[in-house]
Amino acid sequence: MAEKFYVDAVREAMAEEMARDERVVLLGEDVGKRGGVFRASVDLLDQFGERRVIDTPLAEASIAGVAIGMALHGLRPIAEMQFADFSFPGFNQVQSEAGRIHYRSNGGWKVPMVLRMPYGGGPGVHGALYHSQSVEAFYAHIPGLKVVAPAFPYDVKGLLKAAIRDDDPVVFLEHKKCYRAIKQEIPDGDYLVPIGPAEVRREGRHITLYAYGNMLHESLKAAEELSRQGIEATVVDVRTLKPLDKKTIVEAAKATGRVLVVYEDNLTYGAGAEIAAIIADEAFMHLDAPVRRLAGPDVPGIGYASVLEKEFTPDAAKIAAAARELAEF
Amino acid sequence: MADDRRMGLTKEDLKEMYRLMLLARRLDERQWQLNRMGQAPFAIGCRGHEGAQIGISWALKPGRDIVLPYYRDLGVVLRMGMTPKEVMLDFFAKAEGPSSGGRQMPSHYSHPQKGIVTQSSTVATQTLHAAGMAYAAQQLKEDRVFYTSIGEGSASQGEFHEALNWAGVYKLPVLFVVQNNQYAISVPASKQMAVDRVSVRAAGFGLAGVTVDGLKILDVYEAAKEAVERARRGEGATLLEVMVPRLTGHSTDDDPRTYMTQEEMEALKHRDPVGHFASFLKEQGVVGDDELAAIDQEVRKEVDQATDEAQKAADPRPEDLYTRLYATPIEL
Repeated sequence: MAEKFYVDAVREAMAEEMARDERVVLLGEDVGKRGGVFRASVDLLDQFGERRVIDTPLAEASIAGVAIGMALHGLRPIAEMQFADFSFPGFNQVQSEAGRIHYRSNGGWKVPMVLRMPYGGGPGVHGALYHSQSVEAFYAHIPGLKVVAPAFPYDVKGLLKAAIRDDDPVVFLEHKKCYRAIKQEIPDGDYLVPIGPAEVRREGRHITLYAYGNMLHESLKAAEELSRQGIEATVVDVRTLKPLDKKTIVEAAKATGRVLVVYEDNLTYGAGAEIAAIIADEAFMHLDAPVRRLAGPDVPGIGYASVLEKEFTPDAAKIAAAARELAEF
Repeated sequence: MADDRRMGLTKEDLKEMYRLMLLARRLDERQWQLNRMGQAPFAIGCRGHEGAQIGISWALKPGRDIVLPYYRDLGVVLRMGMTPKEVMLDFFAKAEGPSSGGRQMPSHYSHPQKGIVTQSSTVATQTLHAAGMAYAAQQLKEDRVFYTSIGEGSASQGEFHEALNWAGVYKLPVLFVVQNNQYAISVPASKQMAVDRVSVRAAGFGLAGVTVDGLKILDVYEAAKEAVERARRGEGATLLEVMVPRLTGHSTDDDPRTYMTQEEMEALKHRDPVGHFASFLKEQGVVGDDELAAIDQEVRKEVDQATDEAQKAADPRPEDLYTRLYATPIEL
């Protein structure tokens, strides 16, 4: 056991899996000599060589498409999109190809690949419109994909290893604000966290908060503040966005009757809208208040200026305020 | 013409090549007839391309090499071992159709056991898969060549250029084929590109590039053979362009009279590769008229039988819509 940053958990999972299975390769922009612009693949080039740690041409469609081809022919590629914002040139390959190949060939072909991407932003990131986007709703809408968005280093390592061993394409979303802000004791050796199950991080009887990625941490902070004011919140970590763990989501809603779904993405058509819809549909008779969402506004992105960053991004104070309103409903 | 025009091919090779291209032709014709009779919603053809397809794929090794075809590649998949019955099962969207079990439109070929990789309808995406598969084969130290094909319209796609770039950087064992029939549905090649030949682009990626007349089947074969050998030697990919006629509309839903002149369409009929190859084989003394007629009769019988058997096969069941979404399903 040692305390590790979120980004170190990414690196450790890849290093262990590459050592375990020589079919695992990493490809992306600057992943080799530079060790990744976020340093998530430091030293992997030295350890595994340039045939397995591939500094690719600067063309995202080819990163996704070549990874699909590798997966079709016996390798287990980890493709890194340097920023989730840059994944869109490769979107056609993910949406038209990776997500559909197994289904459209009636099970004849499979695509065991991981598409890692740093996403999200918030105060202090200064990523602006093209280095801060939340892209999960686009990918979670695609049948045939699995989409994971962990908040804690322990889950990062366990889920990334599970994703690498999974026979389906997994979009692995790494919140870049968590990279060097979130630390946790994690085991040194091998362990897996299964793709799918959500995790209840805190239990309280008055209201249930749902979040993932950095918003999970803001929600936990909000729960602390609420507790000081006599409002006890359950916090559900929806660490897998596709497929959604409906059972845990619905049970947690029924237990408190008041729910707030928090996400950093633009409000409209966001992943949290799906969580809200499931709760409205399946926990309706247990609800004491409207199902509410707190999310980023419907503007093209988090602004570069500090004031704009703060204005865009939901935080513990905004979450606590919204939760208080619901608790009093 | 003497034997040296035969590129080392035996009489039996040449007859089998002819049989395969004729089989592709007759299957194609049957599919269009069935569509016009209201018995199938859609067909998209190979007519005019089948000669070049057989010429190229004759240089491949079925059972070892892998193809990532596009929707016109009926000749290629037959060469790789797909049977007429399998082709017709897919055409009728039957449950046991090998490509997709009735999920995809016809001619979106897939047959893992025969080295045929599934494709979508978004064009040129498979060229990147070919690059990735070829990289994997290098990594796994396999001796395999990867064929992938598109039309000249799809050569405008960025993903195609990205695939050529990867193939250049890593000297990948890929044979990129562009079947240039001068039309992308209705848009002529002059509006796709400012060059006469797609193959000139190869130079920009450090690849070999060549254009061959798709009516000269043995020239096509020779070019493909050279490309395949280059790939096997580890010297990298080739961009092989074949100039072919499109002897039908884009698909059964198209009407070329809305964008081609009558004269243009008439002229194309003189560029029928099946007829050309039959004449060539006669000139070479490989076959006579009787044998050509016998081959045709045999092929027609095969097409009839494949059609009958496929038509009688079971349709998918409603519940088949939900299966095989994930290779590793998740129970929650």
